[in-house]
This record gives sequence, structure tokens and C-alpha cells, in this order.
Amino acid sequence: MIKHLKPAIILFVLLSVLTGVIYPAIVTGLAQLLFPSQANGSLMTDNNGKTTGSSLIGQPFSSFGHFWGRPSATAPFPYNAGASSGSNLGPTNPALVDAVKARIQALKIADPDNKAPVPVDLITASGSGLDPQISPAAATYQINRVAKTRNIRPEILRALVDANTESRQWGFLGEPRVNVLKLNLAMDQLSH
Amino acid sequence: MTSNSYFQVIVYVVTLLALAKPLGWYMARVYEGESVGLNRLLAPIERLMYRLSGVNPKEEMRWTDYAVGLLVFNLLGALAVFALQRLQASLPFNPQHLSGISPDSAFNTAASFATNTNWQGYSGEVTMSYLTQILGLTVQNFVSAATGMAVLVALIRGFTRRNVDTIGNFWVDLTRSTLYILMPLSLILALVLAGQGVVQTFNSYQAVPLVETVSYEQPKLGVDGVALQDAGGKPVMESVEAKEQVVAVGPAASQVAIKQLGTNGGGFFNVNSAHPLENPTPLSNFLEMLSILLIPGALCYTFGMMVGDTRQGWAILTAMTLVFVVLVFIAVPAEQSGNPALAALSVDQSASISQSGGNMEGKETRFGITNSALWAVVTTAASNGSVNAMHDSFTPIGGMVPMWLMQIGEVIFGGVGSGLYGMIMFAIVAVFVSGLMIGRTPEYLGKKIEAYEMKMAAITILIPPLMVLGGTALAVMVEVGKASVFNPGAHGFSEVLYAFSSAGNNNGSAFGGISANTPFYNTLLGLAMLFSRFWLAVPVLAIAGSLAAKKKVPVGLGTLPTHTPLFIALLIGTVLMVGALTFVPALALGPVVEHLQMIGAK
Repeated sequence: MIKHLKPAIILFVLLSVLTGVIYPAIVTGLAQLLFPSQANGSLMTDNNGKTTGSSLIGQPFSSFGHFWGRPSATAPFPYNAGASSGSNLGPTNPALVDAVKARIQALKIADPDNKAPVPVDLITASGSGLDPQISPAAATYQINRVAKTRNIRPEILRALVDANTESRQWGFLGEPRVNVLKLNLAMDQLSH
Repeated sequence: MTSNSYFQVIVYVVTLLALAKPLGWYMARVYEGESVGLNRLLAPIERLMYRLSGVNPKEEMRWTDYAVGLLVFNLLGALAVFALQRLQASLPFNPQHLSGISPDSAFNTAASFATNTNWQGYSGEVTMSYLTQILGLTVQNFVSAATGMAVLVALIRGFTRRNVDTIGNFWVDLTRSTLYILMPLSLILALVLAGQGVVQTFNSYQAVPLVETVSYEQPKLGVDGVALQDAGGKPVMESVEAKEQVVAVGPAASQVAIKQLGTNGGGFFNVNSAHPLENPTPLSNFLEMLSILLIPGALCYTFGMMVGDTRQGWAILTAMTLVFVVLVFIAVPAEQSGNPALAALSVDQSASISQSGGNMEGKETRFGITNSALWAVVTTAASNGSVNAMHDSFTPIGGMVPMWLMQIGEVIFGGVGSGLYGMIMFAIVAVFVSGLMIGRTPEYLGKKIEAYEMKMAAITILIPPLMVLGGTALAVMVEVGKASVFNPGAHGFSEVLYAFSSAGNNNGSAFGGISANTPFYNTLLGLAMLFSRFWLAVPVLAIAGSLAAKKKVPVGLGTLPTHTPLFIALLIGTVLMVGALTFVPALALGPVVEHLQMIGAK
């Protein structure tokens, strides 16, 4: 055992330097050089250079005049990007049904005329609690409410939703989706 | 399942199989010490490492030396990770000023990363400093993977050599796995991921303004920093308004790349690859998912090449792929069918061109049902354990598939190296059983399988179930075990069973509702991980040593060919029989009961 100690210790130190210092340093250097925005969190800025959020991290929305994103299970407030978390509620947990009922009710209160079934992603918590996107169906579901609240024509919002919809990557990967923060920022821009 | 859903699964499987041959060929050359394209750059580094550490790369080891070297090296790794966690508060690269980690949690994480399990008892962004992440966790991601690959290569040499008592040099296999295979692949993957939006920075967390402020309640702290309590002993709450959001960042891309390629699975962030900064786009998702099975799949071809008959490798790869594909087509429809309890509430769970529908609790919009369920099968087929959706919120059947994949021993692709050496153990059992049936001495790849090999193979197959079932039984009997359960009823039992299935097979994924960061679970799961890793690796090396010493038996009339469809069926049958007989009773108490309750409640 003693004869193995020396190579074990020295090789461990060398491999640590190689994989724990040099490798992350090379990746950081190249990523900062090639993809400076992405490597730092994909932060967005407005015309004045002020940071408005991250295009990859969702934000909490609950006013009737904004599109709402996925429910978030992070603590102590929704969309806490410093502590990602899912709800971990199991499919047969009564607490899941209660939470979903409350979310459906909130949507109905905000838009009593809307009798359409609620798209499932709008009333279920995302895996990360930071999901920046909703399905196009969930955006469509909210167009009339936002249009009424803001007093603008639904067609304008429809166009805005379409402009902020990403289709499947390379035509087949993943799912079509709408970035809620980008959509709301674009909408706020419109009304200013 | 939609046609797009089928298409995404098919593209994944085809890409995976197409890469098996080129990468498998490359790895075989690396392990046979032949020159590969990267030699000019890496050979000087390799030689320097041997010179500094006093290793003679030409020197061969007996299996006992190989095993001792492996154990000493992994012990050092675990100690280093433990020390880094305990001391991180006073070490550099800790911009968030995170404090040191409790001894039981530090032990659990050290065991977890040294054993290639990468179970996360902690929450990355609120617990681990950047230094712990790169110098502790990233390093173990590399070397624990390289350790598994080294054991596999030693086992293969047992089959190819005859009448010798050595099986290679552990230091060389370890170094070459890291230097020539894991590092170059990780570098490429890390950069592509960074381009997609995975963060890679040493800056502190970024505060960004919220468009809408949110108010929330939090416990009010007194001047001494202790939470105030009212007369009834309840905490006094105060209302706080959040005007900004602090976005956790860090050197994630470099770690995520090796986390996937080395079948490690420990995320940089708490929610692992569900986090938009760890897995931002469908393309990053595809590549991360591909990387999980890339090396385990290709190693089958490496195996075939090294034993001089590539059909042997294809046979095992075929067996793995068949089981894998069948389980994908169970898990995806189970998740796509949604939750009956929500269907009653006028919720639209149907798949259409404008939504993925299905059981979306705990899933991300960009991945939808197909990529979340496919990932769950991939990550538990391999001993990876990273997640891109919360398995705890899966439907009972959708959650049972990953649980069972772990329980059958992580041999359907499995961990890098460990998956294939586990599968070869099953192949040894399969030829033994068939040898009994046709009345011949069992042999595999020209080596007689005798009592010693069978004993060792039986140990490797029996240790994980012992950890899983024994651990689960203990945890559900004691109060500290039951107190950590989050969901009620049968699902709560599933949480405990899943935790021990994961630790006892070195996977690392979880039904995350369980509060496993307690001294009880940290200790018990940590021990399960250690036993399941090293009580398998050492018997496998013993088999390697025993086989290397044997002479080669010429192929005769009574030899069972091990590259035919018959043998593939026999191998699958052996894996499934062991897995089914051992775990069906436990599964009946968890996911099966829950499924019946769920569909019966309509």
C-alpha cells in the first residue's frame, strides 16, 4: 500500500490541476472571448444600457396587463433565481390538486369571459421554478385578458406573441415556446 | 405520442449508435497505447505526469495492486472533496461568502462524487463555493469516470491475455482515460454549451431588476439575528418586497460537460439540467442527453475491438439498446397521458401544435414531455442521474421506469466503464446458466467460467439489491427515515425506495421531495454509495486477474456463441429476471399501488 501512496498523491495533485484548474480556466477564457453575453447569464439591456433581466430566466408576473409565466415553486418568492427549485409534488398528492385549483381560479378571476380549457403548462409549476417560457397555447389563452386590460386590439398582441415565439430548434428539437419576459418588455415598450 | 415525438427519439438513438463505432475505435487505440491524433499535444504532458509521480508506464500490475492503487486514489479524492467543503469559507473563489458544510453532508457529497454517483444532498447555488465546484466536484467528475473506465479495461485484458498474472497499470489507464478521452470531449462540449447560454464565469451572482415587484412573507429577525417568536411560539412574520432578482451564475459549462460525459450527474445548480442556465435550449438538451450515453455506448465497440471480435461488442450494445428503446416507449406515453386528477378540472393536457400537453408539473416548457421523459430514461439507463425535470412529479409509471432501470444494476449502457463491466458480469451469469442447461463447462470469450468467477460475479450482482432493499427497509422503519418523506401515501414510499435505488446503484437522481440532507440519510446513503461502487469494482478486478491467468479454450462444438440473437435474448433475460424477481415486491408497494389509486380515483 505504501508503494502506491506516492504515485496516488502526486497523480491526484497533477490531475486536479489539469481538470480542476487548467480545464475550467481554458473554458472560461474561450467562453468569455467567443460568447461573452451567454457566458455571463444572457443579460438583456434597454436602449439606455440599463439591464432589464436575463433572457433565459423568467420573472414573476401577476398583474392583469402582463402575460403570466409558469407557476414557480422557488422560495421565499416565485422566480428566485438564486435558489432554483421545483415543487416536487407527486401526481396523487392532494396539495397538487389544491394548487392547480387556486391557479385556475386566479386565471378565471382575471378573465371571467374566458371559457376555454386552461393549457396545462400555465397551471403547473416548472422544474426549475425559473422557466422563462410558456407554450404558444398558454400565451394565446391570455391575449384577450391582456388586450382588455391594456385597451389595445388583440391582433396587435397576437402579432407580438408570434414575434416572440420560438419554433422547434432546427425544426424538430424541443417544443415551440414563448419567452414571457421578452414579450412583456416588448409590450411595455409599445405602450410607452 | 406525436409523430414529432417519435422523430426526436429516433434521431437520438440513431445518432448515439452512429457514434459508437468511431469513438469506440478511438478509445480502443487509446487503451492499447497506440498513437492517436492528439498524441503530439498530449504525449509530452502524459510523460511529464508519469515522470513526476514516479510511475513506470511499462510496468504491469497484478489485480491486487491494481485494486489497492484504485482504492488509495479514490480515498484521496474523497478526502480532498470533504476538506474543500469543510474549509470553503476561508478559501478563495467564494464570491457569495458561502459557509462551510456540515460534516454529514460533506461526507455524503465526498462519497457521492468519488463513487461517480453524484447524488446531490445539497443545493449547488446556495451551498458550494466556486472553488469547491471546480477543484472538488469537477475533478472528481473526471477521475471517478476514469476509474470506472480503467476497471473495464482491466477486465477486458483479463479476457484477451493468457497465462499471465497482470492486468495492466492503473495509473496509466487512469491518466489516459482522463487526458485522451474525457478532457478533449469535455472541452468541445463545454464550449458548445456556453454558446447556447450555459454560464461560464467567476463573477459573483448578478442582480437584475424585476418588471413587477413581488411581496412575500419572511420570518422577522431580532437585532441578534435570531428569528423572533410570538407568545405562542410561532415565528413573527414580516412582509418584504422584492424589487430585483439575483441570478446565480458561475463556472457551470465546464462542469456540466464532464457531468454528462462522465455519467456523473451532479448539477451545478440545485435543479440540475432543468435550470435554464445549465440547459438553456433544446439543442443543449439534445447534446447533454447524447453525452450521457455516448461513452458507455461506444465502450461496447471498444470492448469488441479489444477482444478481437467486434460482434461481441455489437451483441451487448444491441441488448442494451433493445431494453432502452422499450422503456422509452413506456415512459414517454405515460407522461404524455397526463394526470387524471387535473383532467377533471377543465385543464387542457392534450398534445397539439401549440403545446406539448401531458403531465407538465415539474417540467420545462422548452423540453416538453418527450425530452423530459426521454432524459429520465437516458439518465437512469446510464448511472448519470442528472435530471431536466423533477422525477418526483412524474406519473407513477413514468417514475417507475427510471427507478427500475437503476434497480436492474445500471447495466443498460450504465456508467462509463461500470455499465459495461456490470453487463459483462450478467453475461458471465448468462453463459453459466446456459452452460448448466446444455451440460457443458461454461465459457465466455474463450475463457472457462468456473466457481471463482461465479462467486465474484454473484457478489457484484447481489450487493446493490442488498443496499437498495436493506436501506429502504431500515429507513421506513425508523422515525428519522419517515420524517424526511414529502409526498403522502404510496408516493412517499417511492421517494425512499428511489433514494436507495439511486445511491445503491451509483446513479444520483432523486425523487427530490425527500429531505435527504439529514445526518441519517447523508450517512446511510453515503455508505450505500461506497459499498456499491467498491464492492463491485474489486470483485470485477479479481475476475480480471483470474481470467488473465487462464489459458484460452479453443472454440468447440459445445461452445455457446455469444454474438447471436439467441445470446442477446439470453442476456436480456438474465438482466430482467434478476431485476424483476428482486424488485417487483418493492415496486408493488410504491409506483404500482399509486398508479392503481390514480386511475381508480377518476
